[in-house]
Amino acid sequence: MVGVGERRLVVVLRERRDEVLEQWVRAAAATLRGRVTAAELERESRELYTALLPVVGDNGRDVSGERYAEIRSLLAELSRTRARAGYTPSETASSVFALKRVVFELTEHDADPDLFRELMDFSSLLDALGLFTFETFARAREEIIAEQSEQLLELTTPVVKLWEGVLAVPLVGTLDSARTQVVMEKLLESLVETGAEHAIIDITGVLAVDTQVAQHLLKTAFAARLMGAECTISGIRPQIAQTIVALGIEFGDITTKASLADALRHALRSEGVEVVAADRVR
Amino acid sequence: MERVPILEIGGVLLVSIQIDLQDQTVLALQEDLAQRISDTGAHGVVIDISGVEIVDSFIGRMFATIASLSRLFDATTVVVGMRPAVAITLVELGLTLGDVRTALNLERGLKILGEQRRGRR
Repeated sequence: MVGVGERRLVVVLRERRDEVLEQWVRAAAATLRGRVTAAELERESRELYTALLPVVGDNGRDVSGERYAEIRSLLAELSRTRARAGYTPSETASSVFALKRVVFELTEHDADPDLFRELMDFSSLLDALGLFTFETFARAREEIIAEQSEQLLELTTPVVKLWEGVLAVPLVGTLDSARTQVVMEKLLESLVETGAEHAIIDITGVLAVDTQVAQHLLKTAFAARLMGAECTISGIRPQIAQTIVALGIEFGDITTKASLADALRHALRSEGVEVVAADRVR
Repeated sequence: MERVPILEIGGVLLVSIQIDLQDQTVLALQEDLAQRISDTGAHGVVIDISGVEIVDSFIGRMFATIASLSRLFDATTVVVGMRPAVAITLVELGLTLGDVRTALNLERGLKILGEQRRGRR
């Protein structure tokens, strides 16, 4: 009876703990299709179950409260690992929802109306917890995406020294405003650091150039010129050349070269360096 | 009001800007510079802005103004030591420096002026 001692559902859940856990693990394993080891799943479920017991009887209206701190951190950890391991959000949340069915099946022969009410509360509690899993999962995914795009920015914009006084930036992939901004700043800073008077932006690896990207390249070249260096753009592919002409982009008096080699030769010539083949006659 | 000092070295006027430029300072600098070029008959002006971190369109225009001003006295202007952030700002503002020469640092700037002078003789 409600109000006298403990709630029935709590008693059921505590006394038939092993049975419930076993069925829960089995139900969760079915949705995860064997990608998590049984031992790991059991450990996770046991921890969750232990944290869940003290809050059974609540209707899950305040899952952000103090009482839920432990189960929240467990669920957050769970969905974070699931997100990193590449599970879908539904697969992650259904681990939690699976418990509902297990408990319903256990108590379906009981006709106690109080128990039914408790089950309703338990159901909405699990719903709230499942939603919480969903939210943390989405947040974890967003973190991963932000991390990766940051890494991408760092990885793909090296400034290399080709010769004394000649720097080059080989651009690869898709250019957007953020990346071009990084390239621009890195290149200009390297010009100051090394005192190089020539910079080459090589776009052989760039798949597409639109007006915005061209605008960024031009800005970089003009900024370099303002600082007293010369900037050459090299590696414009035939298709990209066509696009540039079709779009009516004017590169003005910025030097453009077909290949990085041409650009280097151009830079060396204006530096006053002559490259000649060594005399092979001995 | 602070005034930017103008130094003379080997027929070149050196303006090293180390302070935050106010519009008044810029105007005074232009006047002083015109006076000094006319007095000394210098063949070149080097403006060192390696200490300048913030520019606006007024300062951006200053370079072009000084350049055309000194050209009247047959002197060449070289702007040296522009910081990347300043260069980006000027480009974003859509300012071109006209035909002002630029160099990475003071040494290169003086070299440009030296070469030009030898070429003229």
